[in-house]
Amino acid sequence: MKRTLKRSNAPIFWALFGAGGMLSALLGPMLVLITGIAVPLGLLLPADTMSYANMLAFSQNVIGKGFILAIIALFLWHAAHRIFHSLHDIGIHAGIGAKLLCYGGAMLGTLFAAYSLLAIGF
Amino acid sequence: MNKRRPYVRPMDGWWRRNPFFVEYMIHEGTALFVAAYAGILLNGLLHLSRGEAAWNVWLEGLKNPLYIAFHVLALVAISYHTYTWFKIMPRTMPPVIVGGKRLPDGAITGGGLAVAAAASLVLLLAVWGMAR
Repeated sequence: MKRTLKRSNAPIFWALFGAGGMLSALLGPMLVLITGIAVPLGLLLPADTMSYANMLAFSQNVIGKGFILAIIALFLWHAAHRIFHSLHDIGIHAGIGAKLLCYGGAMLGTLFAAYSLLAIGF
Repeated sequence: MNKRRPYVRPMDGWWRRNPFFVEYMIHEGTALFVAAYAGILLNGLLHLSRGEAAWNVWLEGLKNPLYIAFHVLALVAISYHTYTWFKIMPRTMPPVIVGGKRLPDGAITGGGLAVAAAASLVLLLAVWGMAR
C-alpha cells in the first residue's frame, strides 16, 4: 500500500470552474451585449467606446489588465470544466486525452492572454 | 474471440426522455457559448497587441451579421446560465444559517439575481463613463 495518499487535483479545477461560473453569471450577459451587439451596431454607447486608443489605454492599466485576464481565463476554465464533465453525459467516455484537450485548451488560452497583455506593456 | 455478448442497455438520447435532464443539458450547454465568447475576446486581445490596424480588422469583423447573430444567441445562452447558476446555488453552496434558521432557497436565488443585475448596471455605467 502506498504510504502517502495522493492528493486530488479536483479542487483546483472546481475552484476555477466556480470562479468562472460566478464571473460569467454576474457580468457575462452585459459583456456580450456591450462588445458583441451594442458597439458593433452603434447602439447605446458612444461610437468610440472600443476604439484602439480606448482599448489600449484600458489594457495598459493594471486594473484593466487584471479584468481582461480574469474574464478570458476564468470563462475558459469554467467552460472547459463543464464541457469535460458533460462528455460522459453524451456518451463519450472521457479519458486523459479529453482532459488534456479541455483543460489544456483553457491553459493555452490563459497563456496567450497573459502573453498578449505583457506584450501590450504598461 | 469472446462469445459472451452481455446485454448493455442502450443509453443513446437518455436525457431527451426526461424534461429535467433536457433542462440540465441546456444549462450545461451554455458552456459552449461561454467558451466561444472567451475565444472571440482572446482573439480581440491578440489583435490589440499587434497594433491599431490589426485591432480595427477585428473590430470591423464584429459587424458581420454572423457575429451579431452569434452574440444574440450568446446573450440568450449566457443570460440563461446566469439564471440557472443562481437557481441551483442553494444546492451548490453550504447552507446559510441566519438567526438559527436556514436561509430559504428563494432568498439565495433572488439575492444572486439581484447582485447580477446590479453588477451588470455598474459595468454598463463604468464602460459608458470611461468611453465618454
